[in-house]
Amino acid sequence: MDAISITGLAKSYGTTLALDGLDMSVATGEIHGFLGPNGAGKTTTLRILLGLARADRGTAVLLGGDPWADAVDLHGRLAYVPGEVQLWPTLTGGEAIDLLGRLRGGLDEGKRRKLVERFQLDQTKKGNTYSTGNRQKVALVAALCSDVELLILDEPTLGLDPLMEALFREVISEERAAGKTVLLASHILAEVEALCDRVTIIRAGRAIESGTLADLRHLTRTSMTAHLTGPPDGLSSLPGVHDLIVDDQVAHFQVDTDKIDKVLRHLVDIGVHDLESRPPTLEELFLRHYRDDPAELAQ
Amino acid sequence: MNLFAGTGSLIRLALRRDRIRLAIWILLLAVLPVITAASFAELYPEAAAREQIAATLGSSPAIGVLLGPLYSSSIGGLTAWRLAVPASLLIALMTSFTVVRHTRAEEEAGRSDLLGANVVGRRAPLTAALVVAVGASVVAAAVAAGGLVAADLPVSGALAFGAAMAAAGVVFSAVAAVAAQLWHGSSAARGAAVGVLGISFMLRAAGDSTSGVEWLSWISPLGWSQRLRAFGDERWWVLAIPLVVGLILVATAFVLSTRRDVGSGILATKPGPEAAAASLRSPLALAWRLHKGALIGWIIGFVGLGTVMGTSATTFADLFAESPELARLVEQLGGEEGLADAYISAMLGVFAIVASAYGIQAALRLRTEETVGRASPLLATAVPRWRWEGSHLVFALLGPVLLLLVGGLAIGVAYGISIDDIGGTVVDTLGGALVQLPAVWVLSGLAAALFGVAPRFTLLAWGALVVVFLLGQLGPILQLDQWVLDMSPFTHVPQVPGGEVTATPLLWLGAVAAGLTLIGFAGFARRDVG
Repeated sequence: MDAISITGLAKSYGTTLALDGLDMSVATGEIHGFLGPNGAGKTTTLRILLGLARADRGTAVLLGGDPWADAVDLHGRLAYVPGEVQLWPTLTGGEAIDLLGRLRGGLDEGKRRKLVERFQLDQTKKGNTYSTGNRQKVALVAALCSDVELLILDEPTLGLDPLMEALFREVISEERAAGKTVLLASHILAEVEALCDRVTIIRAGRAIESGTLADLRHLTRTSMTAHLTGPPDGLSSLPGVHDLIVDDQVAHFQVDTDKIDKVLRHLVDIGVHDLESRPPTLEELFLRHYRDDPAELAQ
Repeated sequence: MNLFAGTGSLIRLALRRDRIRLAIWILLLAVLPVITAASFAELYPEAAAREQIAATLGSSPAIGVLLGPLYSSSIGGLTAWRLAVPASLLIALMTSFTVVRHTRAEEEAGRSDLLGANVVGRRAPLTAALVVAVGASVVAAAVAAGGLVAADLPVSGALAFGAAMAAAGVVFSAVAAVAAQLWHGSSAARGAAVGVLGISFMLRAAGDSTSGVEWLSWISPLGWSQRLRAFGDERWWVLAIPLVVGLILVATAFVLSTRRDVGSGILATKPGPEAAAASLRSPLALAWRLHKGALIGWIIGFVGLGTVMGTSATTFADLFAESPELARLVEQLGGEEGLADAYISAMLGVFAIVASAYGIQAALRLRTEETVGRASPLLATAVPRWRWEGSHLVFALLGPVLLLLVGGLAIGVAYGISIDDIGGTVVDTLGGALVQLPAVWVLSGLAAALFGVAPRFTLLAWGALVVVFLLGQLGPILQLDQWVLDMSPFTHVPQVPGGEVTATPLLWLGAVAAGLTLIGFAGFARRDVG
């Protein structure tokens, strides 16, 4: 059974339409990337899943329950890290970790010690003296040291330095190995690319793409740079080749991923002494989806 | 770089953010003196009647506790006497909150870094906050003085009254400026400024009511406002004291501000425990941690004020007994004891209003936690919404009980010691304190209901408190219709000690309070968080 399944979810705030018929599902045991620019509706979706906001229309099923009606029972089985962590000014980080863990139903002290050490978190500071990144670490440790089935993370690496970001990826991979499900909302593509099994891309309150990274890449182009030994005859008219630039004997172009074999054959005929091929990055996928060109989107 | 660069832009920013907040403060401060002067003129048009009032009330140590000395029985003199302390208190709150809001609170929220990275001098934020706060007091004072002149009162007196108000604004802007440098958190800085205000009030209350220690009033900023003797024989040189003190404090604040980093306080924040005590495992335990400090501060204030009031209750009665005609009146009222009772029940009424302010503040902590973003992570754990909401409302409902109990107890014990009957007076004053509770709960309940149903309008709870306060203070003077007075829950509270207690109004008030609180729970259970 899916850990999360959402169909036709809609939510508006006054005249602003935050969600407009969102469909998505997260399978149990996977790390699911939830990608979208600011204001696309990611946080609204998470708040509905957490029972903090009620959907106007549509259904959401979370761990087999109703996120609004069964909120308290479900919350014992999940942990949440908000996008912008605020701590209580008079409580230390350690106290906040204990409090949140206990309210969730208990925390694993051994795991907490290890996480605090790995994230190099000073637990004795008061909540209002932490930097943004350190507040984020407090929230991450608090979420990760409980034994829960599902982690809901909203831009969890905001404010973390690159070393800590790498550590975060390591820790999340371990969580997957331990059988947990992770829903990771982000607009940092490298993070999603490195971690996620499947991705849902949301735009203006709707899911516009969903699938494994391989599925999504299929929809796009591979960048190639070929050092040719012969003239690049016929390359520009070959179906599937785009944006060809020939500079001396070096050809730069993009290929529709499903036409690659034909293009390769043609290159071999011309003669190649070096070939670089780069799979499309999520960045490119993303740009394609967010380019504000309705005609292109319709294709 | 110019240390003051960008001050002008910051002033405009502060005015834009505070345009409604400051307008309300200024309106309140400007209107109060005009209404008060008008009501004195209407009630006591004849000089003889005013002199009688002045002779009895003005020299009473008991009234001295609350309002200080009276210097002239003219309408202006009575107005200045009636309002010098309340207006100074209000202006002190306005200025200190404004200064902290635009300095320390901005740093705490991290917005100062955003501004500091632009062309903003290191001294600009504090300068801008001071200009706005002092400017607002000067505007309020000028409007108030203008209103008094328009009401045909002497110009020099009106100017002196306004100057005293503005001077209080200067001193407390400066106090808040220093506090904002010392502490890391904005609530600590605000608390320190209010603490200084409380101490000023106590010093002045003691100095104005007890012979031999009059000098205490001279070291209290609230005392300076009166010693200018507006509408009496004005002593303009007194103005030099608040101005010099203000300048010294402002200079201190600027020196301190250059000795610290943006975001940090001069007083270092101590590290705390790595892990929470075993008891910190429920929303209520968290709420206790969050409310503890403020509640203790309020309790100290209530004990202090109660003691001063209780001690002065007998002198109040004595004074009336000295004049033969008044003695007869006193007899009719039930003797000296009856008069002291009436005084105590009136004081308890003041306590109840103040306790309501605590109740509203405690209830609205819910909204602060929600908007700052600390409620969501908590409600994403296995905590039902009603338990989180209830954990703060416990303080909104039971906090006033505690405050009125310690306040009533302090009055009772102090009064009891002075008439050698602690047992009797304590029972009376505690009873008098407790009958106020249902009315206090109505205001706490209103704050809870607004939080549940109309979270964006929670400030209306403070508006309701101001209306209730004004109805209580000015209603009888303005001879408003009974139905207007009836809108205030406190109109329905029986007078205790001294009066008859009927259960019906108390039960009604209790039912209204309970209903409002339930609306608060039901509304929050249904709405979105955040």
